[in-house]
Amino acid sequence: MDLSNSERIVVIGAGQAGAQAAMSLRQFGYEGAITLVGEETALPYQRPPLSKAYMKGEIGEDRLYFKPAAWYEDNKVETLLSQRVEIIDRSAREVRLQHGGHLPYDAVVIATGSRPRALPVEGANLANVFDLRGISDVEHIQPKLIDGQKLVIIGAGYIGLEAAAVARQLGLEVTVLEMADRVLARVTSPVISEFYQDLHREHGVDIRLGARLGKLKGEGGKVTHAVLADGEEIAADMVLAGIGIIPNVELAQDAGLACKDGIIVDEDARTNDPRIFAAGDCTVRPLAHYARTGRLESVHNAIEQGRLAAAAIMGRDRPNIDCPWFWSDQYDVKLQIAGLSQGHDDVVVRGDRAARKFAAFYLKEGRLIAVDAVNSPPEFIVSKKLIMAGALIAPDRLSDTSISMKEIAAAAA
Amino acid sequence: MPTIIYKDHEGNERPIEAKNGETVMETAIKNSVPGIDADCGGACACATCHVYVDEAFMEKVGQPEDMEQSMLDFAENVQANSRLSCQITVSDDLDGLKVTTPESQH
Repeated sequence: MDLSNSERIVVIGAGQAGAQAAMSLRQFGYEGAITLVGEETALPYQRPPLSKAYMKGEIGEDRLYFKPAAWYEDNKVETLLSQRVEIIDRSAREVRLQHGGHLPYDAVVIATGSRPRALPVEGANLANVFDLRGISDVEHIQPKLIDGQKLVIIGAGYIGLEAAAVARQLGLEVTVLEMADRVLARVTSPVISEFYQDLHREHGVDIRLGARLGKLKGEGGKVTHAVLADGEEIAADMVLAGIGIIPNVELAQDAGLACKDGIIVDEDARTNDPRIFAAGDCTVRPLAHYARTGRLESVHNAIEQGRLAAAAIMGRDRPNIDCPWFWSDQYDVKLQIAGLSQGHDDVVVRGDRAARKFAAFYLKEGRLIAVDAVNSPPEFIVSKKLIMAGALIAPDRLSDTSISMKEIAAAAA
Repeated sequence: MPTIIYKDHEGNERPIEAKNGETVMETAIKNSVPGIDADCGGACACATCHVYVDEAFMEKVGQPEDMEQSMLDFAENVQANSRLSCQITVSDDLDGLKVTTPESQH
């Protein structure tokens, strides 16, 4: 279906994926109207710094925005902020807004993202219990990041650990409660988990593993304690929940689009309706280098699918598909991740853990499928290429630091 | 406000008034300078904001730190004057800085 002469494209969701779709549409020469609908009050901004430099106060809000307000005017991208979409009416080909009004469309990009999973315990609604997803969350949290205050973080995923690092550096007493027997259990291997447990403990974070939250206790409506299932009470001036996200698929579902733990899209970010695309956290997509589908919660994915949708709408060749990649900054340690490690049958460590400079490579049937690189950009960059090439690599060469990553890349090419 | 001059791989130059404290990458993105992707938004995590610094400014711009240097070692088409533009902070000293963007960041 040729959509390049569309009169109006509606982008639902003004996060990284939605903004990218709008930017790429203009970059690819689309001349019709673009309406970008977002629930938040702010123009599209970067989320990664929210749990890092922005939370810490190192950068101001102005540096979070992808584009200045003038860009949207100059490029005729209409922004409808603080607005929610009620329904996508596919038979009438219009998007209806909750506060009234409707937008006829030729094509839609759904970029509704995800929302934090709510704490499923008593007391989750007490004051000073927070999630971390948007600028407004940080606005509430930041004034409370005061030396000596007690912060309890629920969940040792990336958000929880990044927030723990920021809070420790600002002098708070930080306890992290994790149900699993190691941190980052859902996303990485024990060798990396142990490294981050040690790193946080060295910085004075109390990491509690196998800790099940029973409830949150409060006084005068404000949280005072996190109570574990075994009855232990941990004092808290503030609680931050980082227990995962839920993809926002309801609009797509209500519109009758195919969904399964995400909006199902093809290689071009197209749903089962040829006029409707979806991009970012809310999608389940083909994972080009893994012969399966999956949901990716990442900047890379948001940018790539935003661009794929725009290219498909404009009838352009499909842009290159990268292997999934991620990063995390905690203290002075940068973790760069390429690929997806699920299903690996071997883990090879290269480098020096004590020097905080090492990498864990994940192999499956002799092929590299992922890497976690700690302060090790060469391992990250070379692995990304080797993963995409499906290269066979001898594990003993990977662990041998006398062989440079350049040599490993050359030998595999 | 200092002016940064962005030159594309075909030689077209575009001067832009930059804000002190922002990076050469941010200035480019906010002004839609083509040729800089900056996928990670300036975290020194992706090496898609690679530029070539005009020789006259090499000294003022300074040397890359270890992290950036090792990212650059593996970027495409690297030269002696290659830098990641997310790691260059704009200041009055850099008024007139000329950077050239590569044909592709990937």
